[in-house]
Amino acid sequence: MTETLTATKVAVTRDDLIDFVYAEARMLDEGRFDEWLTLWATDGMYWMPLEWNQQDPILETSLLYEDQFMLRLRVERLNGARTFSQKPKSRCLHVLNRPDVDLIDNEAGRYKVVTRMIYVETRLDEQFELAITATHDLAWQDGLKITQKRVDILNCDAAFGNIQLLP
Amino acid sequence: MHYPETREAMAALVQPQQVHRDLYISPEIYRLECRHLFSNCWLYVGHDSQVPKKGDYYTTQLADQPVIMVRHTDDQVHVLYNRCPHKGTKIAIDRTGNTGKFFRCPYHAWSFKTDGCLLAIPLKKGYEGTGLDQAEAGRGMTPVGAVHNYRGFVFARMAPEGIPFDEFFGDSLSSLDNMLDRSPAGRLEVVGAPLRYMHKCNWKMLVENQTDTCHPMVAHESSAGTAVKIWESMDKPEGTPTPPAMEIIAPFMSPYEFFEKMGIRTWPNGHGHTGVHHSIHSKYSEIPGYMDSLIAAYGEEKAKAILGENRHNTVYFPNIMIKGPIQQLRNFIPLGADKTLVESWIFRLVDAPDELLARTAMYNRMINAPTSMVGHDDLEMYERAQEGLHSQGSEWVNVQRLYEEGEDFDEEAVLNGTTERQMRNQFHAWLKFMTAGMPPSTPRGKGATKEAAE
Ligand SMILES: [Fe+2]
Repeated sequence: MTETLTATKVAVTRDDLIDFVYAEARMLDEGRFDEWLTLWATDGMYWMPLEWNQQDPILETSLLYEDQFMLRLRVERLNGARTFSQKPKSRCLHVLNRPDVDLIDNEAGRYKVVTRMIYVETRLDEQFELAITATHDLAWQDGLKITQKRVDILNCDAAFGNIQLLP
Repeated sequence: MHYPETREAMAALVQPQQVHRDLYISPEIYRLECRHLFSNCWLYVGHDSQVPKKGDYYTTQLADQPVIMVRHTDDQVHVLYNRCPHKGTKIAIDRTGNTGKFFRCPYHAWSFKTDGCLLAIPLKKGYEGTGLDQAEAGRGMTPVGAVHNYRGFVFARMAPEGIPFDEFFGDSLSSLDNMLDRSPAGRLEVVGAPLRYMHKCNWKMLVENQTDTCHPMVAHESSAGTAVKIWESMDKPEGTPTPPAMEIIAPFMSPYEFFEKMGIRTWPNGHGHTGVHHSIHSKYSEIPGYMDSLIAAYGEEKAKAILGENRHNTVYFPNIMIKGPIQQLRNFIPLGADKTLVESWIFRLVDAPDELLARTAMYNRMINAPTSMVGHDDLEMYERAQEGLHSQGSEWVNVQRLYEEGEDFDEEAVLNGTTERQMRNQFHAWLKFMTAGMPPSTPRGKGATKEAAE
């Protein structure tokens, strides 16, 4: 164990990855969006496909495929004074299943974690739930950073009303 | 409120500068719209690239009517009511598929050719001597009144008799033509599934919003205004590429003057568009190789004319809009007085560079998804209006911006881009097609007799 540490300098463990995913969900639930933005790699992308098993985020419609500029816009909009659809504000809750760590490659500094969860969002008298699978691609860049978060909604082909926060 | 099915009763709801709130909130008016308005108009069904091979089908809704669009053995696209003539079972419920040479009802195995004709019934001797060939059930699946395939876009009129396709759309087809001509091959293909966005509001709110040029800088300040602010505050070393969000979302923040000068054109029968002279799509970056391929296909003059049009939103009355420069079509499917399913479809320009499709897909998700920041604020406004209209503060919705005495909606007109003339044009068409099959007024005494009988 000590040998691995000196060889690669990075020794991210299964627990580190699972803790990361839980911490990310908690930031969203508590509305700590500015802190949440610091979890991302500068070229990190948030992808929410429209179709089941969708492979192409560029040449097909997705629900979301957002770079850091868009995510920052989203966060600043949520805090804005004239954000009418957020008067009053929505709240959300991520109820996580135990994350599956699918890849730990400390040599390359690459990791993949797959987490099933129930996402709940509410505003005024409305509340809805989504069953989702979140796939985090992480990289070691002086700390763990998200290079891609893919969120697959179980009923992605259903008609939705507003989904205003981030599953 | 009970409404007799007469021209008189409907006309009382539409005044030159205002319309009655029951057009938005009355379940009875919605039922009358389904029976009359949506039946008498030409509605968009789907695109023929969704059913490329014989036997391919696509199921959808025309207002409250479930239908199947199917490619028949003669290669023509047919539109049939999605109902078995026997017990009413929906024949197909998956959104797309291939049925081969015939449909087979999963309940009792009655089968039908893909033009709807009855093909076979198991144990048919049970109907011998019962006169099935005279019965409605014996005629097979019912086709809609009329179908027209315009350069791949399939429209249907449910009423068997009524206005012909060319007369209904007239010169408004120039917007569809421009969207198609942007493909060097003159052809579009549907890409993927549509965004499906449920709105708890009346369908007309969405249609009116398409030419409502006084709302973007207000309702969308939180997204477009914030995008501009972030971009201005950022450190931008030379060569920093403009984020796509700036190209797509920021123009929503343009000042009133920009929208005034863009112009609005209205056509007869409720059609119209914003962006006569320029639009929020005018300043999109050039895509390498695209102009060359258009020039090769059309010659320089026509190619420049095609890209010189930057029409913003074109409304095809009653319930779709298209965006030519973006190759997008949005279908506002009315499911109730206060329930509208919005489907946003995108198209590939056949033989054009993929970068155009990438921009189209991006626009679709950034502006029209249930997860879109721009969509959130629009839906918030519609739903607040749907609730607010129930108040007794007033029974009327105002549409009088830039109203002119004696407006003639049977004439094409180009006006200041902030006029609400296109909304008035839609209500004029609403009344026309709502009442096309209605008597002028209730015959004297008839209403009284009916009441007495009840
Ligand atoms: Fe809008």
